Amino acid sequence: MRKKWWTPVAIYVPLAAFALVTLVPFAYLMFSAFKTKEAFFSGPFWPVEEDGGWWAVDWSGFTFTNFTRLWSEVKIGEASFMRAVLNSFFFASVMSVVGTLGAAMGGYGLAMFKFKGREFITTVVLGALVIPGALLIAPGYFLLFQLGLLDSYAGLILPGVAPAFGVYLFRQAFISSLPHEMMEAGRIDGCGEWRMFFQMGLPMVKPMVGAFVLITYLGTWTNFIGPQIIIQTPEKYPLAVAVAQLRGPFSIEYGMIMAGTLVAIGPVLALFLLLQKDFIAGLTAGAVKG
Amino acid sequence: MSKKFRSTALMPYLFVAPFVVSFVVFVVYPLGQSVVLAFMQTNGPKTRQFVGLDNFSWLFTQDPDFWKSVLNIILYTAGSMLIQLPASLGLALLLNRKDIKARGFWRMIFFAPILVGLVFVAIIFGLLFAPNNGLINDALYQATLMFDRVIPFYPDGWVFDREFRWTAEYAMPAMIIASFWMYVGFNMIYFLAALQNVSKDLMEAAEVDGAGPWQRFLNVTVPAIRPVGTFVVLLSFIGSVQLFELPYLLVGPDGGPGKKGLTPVMHLFSKGFDAGDLGYASAIGWLIAVVLFGVALLQKKLSNPGTD
Repeated sequence: MRKKWWTPVAIYVPLAAFALVTLVPFAYLMFSAFKTKEAFFSGPFWPVEEDGGWWAVDWSGFTFTNFTRLWSEVKIGEASFMRAVLNSFFFASVMSVVGTLGAAMGGYGLAMFKFKGREFITTVVLGALVIPGALLIAPGYFLLFQLGLLDSYAGLILPGVAPAFGVYLFRQAFISSLPHEMMEAGRIDGCGEWRMFFQMGLPMVKPMVGAFVLITYLGTWTNFIGPQIIIQTPEKYPLAVAVAQLRGPFSIEYGMIMAGTLVAIGPVLALFLLLQKDFIAGLTAGAVKG
Repeated sequence: MSKKFRSTALMPYLFVAPFVVSFVVFVVYPLGQSVVLAFMQTNGPKTRQFVGLDNFSWLFTQDPDFWKSVLNIILYTAGSMLIQLPASLGLALLLNRKDIKARGFWRMIFFAPILVGLVFVAIIFGLLFAPNNGLINDALYQATLMFDRVIPFYPDGWVFDREFRWTAEYAMPAMIIASFWMYVGFNMIYFLAALQNVSKDLMEAAEVDGAGPWQRFLNVTVPAIRPVGTFVVLLSFIGSVQLFELPYLLVGPDGGPGKKGLTPVMHLFSKGFDAGDLGYASAIGWLIAVVLFGVALLQKKLSNPGTD
């Protein structure tokens, strides 16, 4: 078929237009985080020089003070903003390591062993995928109250030690990439079950391990409703809650709110640029072969 | 021999133990509790009282805010899915062309917004939509001014009034736009993955038989991507119905003026945690769950089994 001259136009114009739309909020965020309080409303993106026309940049309107003030002035409860950053790193790291390990163990158990109750547990895993989060908000809070886990990281982490979604993904991964014969050979050679899991099992599903760590990390990093309900002491707030709180007392200081937002999503975006293939594979895992 | 046998017999249970234990403690038990709670009135987690079906009768007959939130979420779900999913599919179709250049580059850009997370999307769009000086608000205002100049009889306040306030009156369109920005590339990735599995032989056969692009799309592409399509529809539906962060941060915990941004989960949240009635909140939770279970069952019936 002969190509018409306008085919590339019909393809790339919509793509470029949509890419522009996608990038505008990012650009707005970047520029805003570096604008002074006075310059915030001069120009939609960069501060515009007076009488300089729409494009002329007023360099004096750029500043780092939003960031320095974020570290020095902002108080999340009694603590500094740094505390919220550390909280988020801690919370997301523990959650992704523990959650991935638990999910991998569950998936491995269901895929690699024959035992009484396996069918039942597999059905439960599939059934658990359709339980809406909204249903668990109120009774979950009540349970954490009963367990005395309100206002603690344990209360946030323990419910996610082996998420059903992860168990399901790992079960699929082990079934399709780890042959039973290899397990048999390992057993005959006297290799212990745990060693087989760690030294043969996990390395075989390495892409899934990486992907699931990323999904969990991202999910935890941006989780808002969980910490909002469970954490009561401001010092324990992760970034998602802390940055949302910035809008209260600092609501006039848009630059500072944008600086806080940039600090919060910057690491995730940087990680994405490094590992974008794994990230996309991770977030869509289980969908294509769902 | 016997020792080894025993250790392997117990082993599988050790592997699934984290899932089973955490599921029983943090899902099965709370679900049971929430059935009980739905028939209780509580004041914080400490005091509770059995009230029978009062929560449900109150919810259905005495709670106009709840029905307002239901109407809002229907508008939001319909609006966001009708715009988002066709756009996602359209982008995927463009990127799936053989002759496309830099596919990875486009994919990366379109996908990036999902990483921001709903909370931060709400914060960024909160400023973009700020009533008097937000970027989008400004642009629209400039557009209306320009429109004024071009068409002198443009009636004032026909589309937007001059004191254009997205965050109250136009909460829903604002949220639909914000979630469009966030999810369209994410859904596109699913469609793209599905499109790459469309049989090339079938496509060529159809082309040889003289099927036009539109016919090929309807008769070859659509059936092939149907399983993923229904999955994406279900996923966006489940997400939409449980919308919380976006309106909570964009228009405020109470849903803003006129409750234009109130959603059922926000209503659940305010009843359960601001008013302290976990019983009533559980009743709302069950209503939401029943709707979602119903739709999930429907989806299962609609997507033909055996094709995925």
